[in-house]
Amino acid sequence: MMSGRPETAKPFDLSRRQVIAGAGGLIVGYTFLPAFAQVAAPEAPAPEPAHLPGSLDDTRLLDAWIHIAPDDAITAFSGKAELGQSIKVPLKQIAAEELGIGIDQLTLVNADTGRTPDEGFTAGSMTIQYSGTALRNAAAQVRVLLIAAAARRWGIAPDGLRAENRQIIAPDGRTLRFGELVAETDLHVEALPESPLTDPANFRLIGQSLPRPDIALKATGGAAFIQDLRPEGMVHARVIRPASPGATLIEADIAAAEAMPGVVAVIRDGSFLAVVAEREFQAIGAMRVLQASANWQDGPALPDQTAMSAWLEANVSETGTVAEEGDPDAAEGETYEAVFTRPYLMHGSIGPSCALAVLERDDMTVWSHTQGVFADRDAIAELLNMDPARVRVIHAEGAGCYGHNGADDAAADAALIASKLPGRPIRLVWMREQEHANEPYGPPMLLKLRAKLGDGGMISAWSYDLYSSTHTGRPGGPPALLAGQMKADPYPPFVGKLSIVPTGNGDRNANPYYTIPNRRILWNFIEAAPLRISSLRALGAFANVFAVESAMDELALMAGTDPVEFRLRHLEDPRARDVVERAATEFGWSGIGEPGGTRGVGFAYARYKNLASYLALAVEIEVDPAVGDVRLVRAVAAIDAGEAVSPDGIINQTEGGILQSMSWTLFETVTFDQGGITSTDWSSYPILRFSHVPDSVAVHVIDRPGQPYLGAGEAAQGPTCGAIGNALRNTIGRRVHDLPLSRERVRHALQA
Amino acid sequence: MATTLKVNGAETRVDAAPETPLLYALRDDLGLNGPKYGCGLGQCGACTVLVDGRAVLSCVTPISVIGSRAVETVEGLGTAEAPGPVQRAFIELQAMQCGYCIPGMMMRTEALLRDNPDPQDHEIRAAFQTNLCRCGTHMRIMKAIRRAAELYRDANPVQEG
Repeated sequence: MMSGRPETAKPFDLSRRQVIAGAGGLIVGYTFLPAFAQVAAPEAPAPEPAHLPGSLDDTRLLDAWIHIAPDDAITAFSGKAELGQSIKVPLKQIAAEELGIGIDQLTLVNADTGRTPDEGFTAGSMTIQYSGTALRNAAAQVRVLLIAAAARRWGIAPDGLRAENRQIIAPDGRTLRFGELVAETDLHVEALPESPLTDPANFRLIGQSLPRPDIALKATGGAAFIQDLRPEGMVHARVIRPASPGATLIEADIAAAEAMPGVVAVIRDGSFLAVVAEREFQAIGAMRVLQASANWQDGPALPDQTAMSAWLEANVSETGTVAEEGDPDAAEGETYEAVFTRPYLMHGSIGPSCALAVLERDDMTVWSHTQGVFADRDAIAELLNMDPARVRVIHAEGAGCYGHNGADDAAADAALIASKLPGRPIRLVWMREQEHANEPYGPPMLLKLRAKLGDGGMISAWSYDLYSSTHTGRPGGPPALLAGQMKADPYPPFVGKLSIVPTGNGDRNANPYYTIPNRRILWNFIEAAPLRISSLRALGAFANVFAVESAMDELALMAGTDPVEFRLRHLEDPRARDVVERAATEFGWSGIGEPGGTRGVGFAYARYKNLASYLALAVEIEVDPAVGDVRLVRAVAAIDAGEAVSPDGIINQTEGGILQSMSWTLFETVTFDQGGITSTDWSSYPILRFSHVPDSVAVHVIDRPGQPYLGAGEAAQGPTCGAIGNALRNTIGRRVHDLPLSRERVRHALQA
Repeated sequence: MATTLKVNGAETRVDAAPETPLLYALRDDLGLNGPKYGCGLGQCGACTVLVDGRAVLSCVTPISVIGSRAVETVEGLGTAEAPGPVQRAFIELQAMQCGYCIPGMMMRTEALLRDNPDPQDHEIRAAFQTNLCRCGTHMRIMKAIRRAAELYRDANPVQEG
């Protein structure tokens, strides 16, 4: 095991530059193997490099992924980060499986610009799909190379040799340790497109639900989070932020703060204002003094929160076509029309953003719970006018983030402060109110839907007008960072551009995964962003699936058909049909009944991004008509995420997705007035509490051994919202089209 | 200015201003990782510790009001090698996603079970109403609390006669 303490929790290590150098230590003793030598040193370079599996396509050398030391210590490297989604054990399962070793014989290093491959952002449910696939193939190819080395040493054919327990074993029982073979095995070679992967029938580790070692650590007070890093000489920093987004600092009583006990420095760089103190509570005290004395010139007034739909319609900068097929206007059929909305939503991590940074001589090191250490490194280097090679960003676990929250901003804040106090490790933590008011939110959406029910109870046409800004405020560089916008000579704010790609963004899952002959899906793109926005788990899929699945139920009602049957009628993909049928069966689905009582059921389905995991679920809710309160009573989901590496991990993520999506669906809205955010704590931004926890949630994993990994992290967000909305319709007999399905809206619908 | 605190059975002097919230003394002066900063407002429960056996929000409790009362954190419930009943339950059920809120949940569990070794579902929900989890791990947390109650009763049998 990883010595019971995660890499990131190591004490401050001044010799880490040597560690980086050491990470590449395998590049010694070249011995070209014929098969791989051709790849490593081709006679004439091919114009187009071969496509390699997963992230190997971007980071093509085997030793970037797998390191074997002469003492048999094996290390796997992944550019993906642990965000609370529990990826470390499954990544180790995958690598250890193909190396023929035990999971405890492998150390995993994640997301460190000094050590790991650059795998972009840990986002979009793509860790197992990309990093897992890369490690799977790299490990299988390393096994082949070790077997070849042993065969050469023994002068026998490699056919009967196998890898086991960090040894290559010959049919006659002779063994050679990995560590012995590595000196004559060149892993600094480009991977091949094809790997001899382990047959799923012989899996020892993949498909097992193994315990997470970090759970015991976190349950007993072990150092596990970025907040637990306490390097020698560390000082505490806090930033001071204005209420009004985009405000500029006129003045603050810096002298008063500087005179306070323990204060090391007050740092002002344009509108960027921070304080550093020896003790944490001293920093908070000085922050409050600065906050109270700071005089800001307000930024632009924010739009009217109660009229966001009109604002979205009035601010369309361009319109893009997401999908078009046939002619939905000309198609015949009975028309269904509706308009759906969602508000700004916040990530709302339980632990506010935190970062640690230190400048030593010319080297800046930053620990961050960012989703993208490499992009964060580049942005920080640009912000500080430093050579990116002198900036290292190391991922350290924070509280669950569910997308792009304040992590990168806090990292930039800490680095900017550290750049002005060389030699002092700076620990920066945002206050709760700062996290609530300053994190980049998931943006509001307006969804106008028009569908037609044609002959035979089949949908004949589908038109969808989506109004939304981009959902990703990154990579973006310094303009995407608060510090970049606040420092002297500020960068202009990040501006998103319309981009229509297969995985989708604001338009994710806007195009229904149903058989419909005529369709037109448009994205009315809004460039303006009065509040900072960025990726929130599932991006546009949350609200798009809500709209699509609401319409599917309404069309089923028009067709006089059960909603499950109606979906199946429009689904051809057998894997889609399987999750729908499985969820319905396990739930005991027997139709929606008549509205009017206090309980009702609802169903929804989506294939995430229309190309990743399949998920269907049925829910039962309870409505208190006097209050308008909705409680999810029971949920039964079926998910097909491809080959299941850790079934319990998929279940945990899906259960969490269902509960979090339920919280977004029922309770959540970022509130603001002209002068700034007004939902700045947990009472003004209520989320799920134990009173509303369901009685039961069951998740059924449909395993597909041998099939590609599809990712499980976000599949539940859209369908959960859709199913609850449908259940509410089926309970009270009226549909609520605006999220959240709050008590006020439910009461209003009941009175209508 | 020094204050003496009794934490997890040991007395320690903490050189912090008396108005300093207990959370910072525990984390920064004593180096404990269990109690977490979540809001500093007493709204989320991530900082929950026990003071004389009762659940207290350490982020809004100044060290000056603790006096000689016994403070307990997850570090006092057991170790990774020998976890206590509440820790065993959360580990056994793998009741975490990110795990940031969980030490607070565990201390709330400990307080509840000391008071009520056999809590009913509605009593659990009521006791945990002020503890927030953002990952949506609530189903497993509920199961872990019930499992902890079983293990707790096994570890602390009612004395007969």
